[in-house]
Amino acid sequence: MLLVRPLVLIGLGINIRNRKALPTQGPAVIIANHNSHLDTLVILSLFPLSLLSRVRPVAAADYFLRNPFLAWFATKIIGIIPIQRATKGGNPLHQAFEALRNNEILIIYPEGSRGVPEELTKFKKGISLISKKFPEIPITPLFLHGLGKALPKGDAVFVPFFCDIFVGNAQLWEGEKDLFMQKLEAQITDLSKQGHFPEWD
Amino acid sequence: MNLLEQLPITQDLLYIIAGVYVLLCLATVIVSLMRRGQAPEKHLELWLRVKSWWYMITIFTFAICINRALSVIFLGLISYLALKEYLSMIPTRRADRRVLFWAYIAIPLQYYWVYSGWYGMFIIFIPVWVFLFLPFRMVLKGETDGFLKAIGTLNWGLMMTVFSLSHAAYLIVLPETASENHTPIFDKSGAALLFLLVLLTQFNDVAQYVWGRLIGGPKIIPKVSPGKTWVGFLGGIISTALLSMLLSLVISPMSLHMAALAGVIISFTGFIGDVTISAIKRDLKVKDTGSTIPGHGGLLDRVDSLTYTAPVFFHFLRYFYY
Repeated sequence: MLLVRPLVLIGLGINIRNRKALPTQGPAVIIANHNSHLDTLVILSLFPLSLLSRVRPVAAADYFLRNPFLAWFATKIIGIIPIQRATKGGNPLHQAFEALRNNEILIIYPEGSRGVPEELTKFKKGISLISKKFPEIPITPLFLHGLGKALPKGDAVFVPFFCDIFVGNAQLWEGEKDLFMQKLEAQITDLSKQGHFPEWD
Repeated sequence: MNLLEQLPITQDLLYIIAGVYVLLCLATVIVSLMRRGQAPEKHLELWLRVKSWWYMITIFTFAICINRALSVIFLGLISYLALKEYLSMIPTRRADRRVLFWAYIAIPLQYYWVYSGWYGMFIIFIPVWVFLFLPFRMVLKGETDGFLKAIGTLNWGLMMTVFSLSHAAYLIVLPETASENHTPIFDKSGAALLFLLVLLTQFNDVAQYVWGRLIGGPKIIPKVSPGKTWVGFLGGIISTALLSMLLSLVISPMSLHMAALAGVIISFTGFIGDVTISAIKRDLKVKDTGSTIPGHGGLLDRVDSLTYTAPVFFHFLRYFYY
């Protein structure tokens, strides 16, 4: 991660709004829109080195554990919490719950997949399951722009683009799943409207 | 002075650098006095600007003092950051990702031509080879919607941020490549020319700002490009010409009246560079080109004048002296 930080700064460059709303200690949950593998690296680079080992991206096991090298890199270097997207019994979020009990900070992409670059899709409900179980843990929404342009899904060539990050204010569980999900989705959509982005199509 | 002999700078340049730091200390003291006893947000932007100047001048001084390769790499990095800022700011097409990738590849090549002192390649690489290659690469992708706009904006950005700015870097190698029969000599006057260009350009920006504020408009903190009053403009021309006369005699081959002319040219073209980038920002409806430098905005906001002064000053010197 010591290497990644200057690479993120020179290769991309970050414009961040409302940085002070980022959690400074665990347990906490960060949710963000997902367009690129770079998302995780960029979010991790926002945290001080001392906190880094406690920030855990939640990621798909079928993708990141598909070969031993990738699995080693994902779990040992990045420190992901792998979850099974197709479950056969058992609670797929078990490890995520465990991490929160250890006062760690989770990164969750509720869209579930990187999808079409620079477009938002409907959120999956996993985040509400976590929040319902830990109603006192704050959920901080982030909106990221530009990384889908720099390294979109299905493309191996990296092209430098500045990355805009908008940090929203933290939310707490409100007792009703659908309403809560709608609120989080609306908040990220609002964050995306704060920016003035050049066209890209 | 054994150490100095190994560095690519002369003793005269060292004195001028010291002079710049004296000015910087003075500016810091003045702004601190202005802020004294006031609320912390008073003159905050001015304070951030002065602080950023400390960083920028120190980094730049290091970049030109250590060795030539580092100087060229540093200026290449400036071009890269400026191009990245530009391409992040303008509308681009999804289909053109690979084309943009090739545009970035042009930067190390262009700066390699500079480093090796290959003038012929340096001067045609972007206006001819890259200019012809990028549309070809774009055509291969087959996306014709918005083709002209895409290739036009990309080429303009490359000319401004890479071709123009690389002229500043070429000043370093200009004196020795111009020497007769191309014997490889190590001439230290190049770094001084680069320093002169950058110092005069940035001094002019500040002079236009200060004159504009002192006489032009009281109690206004200009948000975009300051010093767009006539007073600022003329004050900038006179101040820059005077400074140019003072410095050029020491660290350039120019005579007194040519140095004055160089100062006027830098001031005038610096102004054009400034308003050109401003026009683009207004077109795109953004205030700053980025937020890389606290108090200044983006990097492109800082080097906007240099995109014009670098090639003009370069060709002025080359035509008359090398």
